[in-house]
Amino acid sequence: MMRIPKLIDSIDFCLMSPEDTRKLSVTKIIAADTYDEDGYPIERGLMDTRLGVVDPGLRCRTCGARAGECPGHFGHIELTRPVIHVGYVETIYGCLRATCRNKKCGKILLSEQKLEEFRKQIEDAIKERRKWWEISTQIVRSAAAVEKCPHCGEKQLTIKFEKPTTFIEGKNRLTPSDVRERLENIKEEDLPLLGIDPKVAKPEWMVLTALPVPPVTVRPSITLESGVRSEDDLTHKLVDIIRINQRLAENIEAGAPHLIVEDLWELLQYHVTTYFDNGVSGIPPARHRSGRVLRTLAQRLRGKEGRFRGNLSGKRVDFSARTVVSPDPNISINEIGVPEYVARTLTIPVRVTEHNIEELRNVVRRGTDIYPGSNNVISSEGKRYDLRYADREELANKLEPGFIVERHLKDGDIVLFNRQPSLHRMSIMAHEVRVLPGRTFRLSLSVCPPYNADFDGDEMNVHVPQSEEAQAEASILMRVQEQILSPRFGGPIIGGIQDHITGAYLLTRKGTLLTREQAQQLLASVGKFFDLPKPAKRERGVEYWTGKQIFSMLLPKKLNITFKAKICKNCARCKEEECEIDAYVVIRDGQLQSGVVDARSYKALDRCEILDRIVKDYGTTVAREFLDDVTKLSIAAAVMFGFTTSIDDEDIPPEAKERISEVIEDAKDRVSKLIEVYNAGELEPLPGRSLRETLEMRIMEVLAESRDTAGSIAEKYLGLDNHAVIMARTGARGSMLNLTQMAACVGQQSVRGERLSRGYRKRTLPHYKHEDLGAEARGFISSSYKDGLNPLEFFFHAMGGREGLVDTAVRTAQSGYMQRRLINALQDLRVEYDGTVRDDRGAIIQFKYGEDGVDPARSDNGKAVNVEKIIERVIGG
Amino acid sequence: MSSELEVGRHALVPKHEVLSKKEVEELLKQYKIHTHQLPLIKSSDPAAKAIGAKPGDVLKITRKSQTAGEAVFYRYVIEG
Repeated sequence: MMRIPKLIDSIDFCLMSPEDTRKLSVTKIIAADTYDEDGYPIERGLMDTRLGVVDPGLRCRTCGARAGECPGHFGHIELTRPVIHVGYVETIYGCLRATCRNKKCGKILLSEQKLEEFRKQIEDAIKERRKWWEISTQIVRSAAAVEKCPHCGEKQLTIKFEKPTTFIEGKNRLTPSDVRERLENIKEEDLPLLGIDPKVAKPEWMVLTALPVPPVTVRPSITLESGVRSEDDLTHKLVDIIRINQRLAENIEAGAPHLIVEDLWELLQYHVTTYFDNGVSGIPPARHRSGRVLRTLAQRLRGKEGRFRGNLSGKRVDFSARTVVSPDPNISINEIGVPEYVARTLTIPVRVTEHNIEELRNVVRRGTDIYPGSNNVISSEGKRYDLRYADREELANKLEPGFIVERHLKDGDIVLFNRQPSLHRMSIMAHEVRVLPGRTFRLSLSVCPPYNADFDGDEMNVHVPQSEEAQAEASILMRVQEQILSPRFGGPIIGGIQDHITGAYLLTRKGTLLTREQAQQLLASVGKFFDLPKPAKRERGVEYWTGKQIFSMLLPKKLNITFKAKICKNCARCKEEECEIDAYVVIRDGQLQSGVVDARSYKALDRCEILDRIVKDYGTTVAREFLDDVTKLSIAAAVMFGFTTSIDDEDIPPEAKERISEVIEDAKDRVSKLIEVYNAGELEPLPGRSLRETLEMRIMEVLAESRDTAGSIAEKYLGLDNHAVIMARTGARGSMLNLTQMAACVGQQSVRGERLSRGYRKRTLPHYKHEDLGAEARGFISSSYKDGLNPLEFFFHAMGGREGLVDTAVRTAQSGYMQRRLINALQDLRVEYDGTVRDDRGAIIQFKYGEDGVDPARSDNGKAVNVEKIIERVIGG
Repeated sequence: MSSELEVGRHALVPKHEVLSKKEVEELLKQYKIHTHQLPLIKSSDPAAKAIGAKPGDVLKITRKSQTAGEAVFYRYVIEG
């Protein structure tokens, strides 16, 4: 039975009283100095050894422990005059405004009846465990408006707060002493009304009379190589405080003029304020002698590199490496190329046994600089030898079972590979090491989609699991081949990309015939040995094989699938095997009988019919081998047939150009006619639209249609013998829309889904008349990218393009924040063995995961079983 | 216009039922949980009010699901 081991009922945050400060203190600090001439800490100075020690060799005078063991102890400074704590000015301001200025009164400026009401509210809130202290804001707000004390009749003056620590009542400045007195006068029974729990805090403690001095362990000094000591920023600040504190004491003692005392007091307040927070508005930040802004207490905690986000939520790790990534089309998706230099730095601890002792001796002998070597040896007693300095030969001979050798990374080791932002679980996958020359991590192109990596300078991280358990776990659960199917949509996220698709298409399309040499050449590039099947054709004594035959050799035996390729035009009546563009893919018993291999077959993030089926029916190892082989084969095919694209792929003949400009001119005419009709007031509004909206919609329709017609005219002249078209139609890269924009007409530019309308008053540019609603005047680009845009079109294009940029920037920021919130909310949910989703308390969130209990990565199109496919397999097989 | 909306009969409100003592016991046994580990529903929830559920009851909610067709949910009624 699930039980909650311990529950934190509540946490009290308290104020520290001056007595607490003194009780905590091991010594009063009076000297503004740190070390004497001999470099020894000054007694009662800021580095007093009673505060703890950081230098090796010294002993703490409080606990007697050495550096590293002594946790450090607080001291304190007696402030000559009280000083306001910046962290509490808002609360102080509230207290001052809400209470009577009469010393003998000091009550909250509300009638007894009202106070009673509020007391009741607070009591209720405490009972219901609500945030009772938030009620005080209302009380302060209503009390501050009162002009005459309802208890003693004293007239109240308005108190102004000047950032960061000054209070002005009427015309007089309130000194911290005045403030403290006021706060002392507040009745204890009134404190809850001001949001203060009298059990843990007194308001006057918000004005400091004694200042705690943190132990030296909190502010260690650094000794530079030159022997010069450099003190921590906090120490510098404390020196300032003590110095001014002393001057203030001396001046008061000597009976100095009031003005000078006031000035020094204010200076003391400044130093204490900046000691707490050097970033408060209203005062200049305290600076180091060099002009650098000091990093004081608040700065240590705050921000990205602060204690919370930098040290507690995020930590740095050992056994990791980071460098630029670059592609290697020849390594497996499971592998990662690691530079030798990295392999020599990252190590794996290996326990010496009888079986590996000779090998490890050699590893030790080679040491840190010769590659398959090692960096450290740990003896059975736990003694550590650094092989940079140790006598390696001697150590190698001393090796015996029980020793641990930290050997260099070598081929086959399991490492975790990661690219930020780590948005999904495929952002960290386990790879097998391949030690390669060079200085970059090498990765297979097929794993780019899950990492969202490219090679324009991306850097990635490697982490080396140290224990055998960690290595086993990583390789079983996190290996790349286990991640081929994305849990996001249940299809492959790792697959062929770009040239892999074009290559496979070129190889498998109709009419590809290969001689024996060519066929062998292609198969050799896969790196495996095959026996060629029977040639498909024999002509004048030469044997020919089809590309489909070669491709089929990589398919698993007994694979049966039928599907339509990406190039399929979705004809009204499918001619199936007789398809003239060969878009009907039939695979029987592992033989590609008809159809071409394109994006539908194995492109990452696409429908991926073949790959998807192989992973689900044959397992991840077969799928990985298939993918590794097919990508190599496709690249080799693309290389063999030759594949390139350039600007003249978008060339269309003059008669096509003419027809396109006719279509566009015609559309422009129709737009002007529409506008005429609109101006004449004869336009019929569409239901739910204003006349103007109707006009816009009609115009957009006409223009979109004209661009499509222009596009289809261009498409007629761009056949599948065109390389750019091959890429677009097979789904390798680019779309037909991209091509028509390049060849025929760019089309309407838009901002927020509407035609361009902003810029000048009633027009987009001063080149047009006011209220010109014509096609050109509202951002229709009739040129193609290839012909080039005229200056006005260029400007409109920039407007549309800018929106796209802003959108992506905003979207990434927003979705990133949403993702963060979701992950924080869902991080400890998990699916239990009984199929329920539970949180860390064992409370049920979902009674069945996803309501149907299906893991999308193991489902077939979201269903646990796909009956159709099973029937097809049974019948087809 | 009728004065009161009958929550229980609205098409978008899934079926709510109060479980009997025995059914609750079985449910808790099936999932090996205490009542506090169930999702909660306030007794002031319109759907709970419509079937007169009191704090301490367990509701069985049967609703349409995109993935499973029909999905069953249980909620523990609390005060409020």
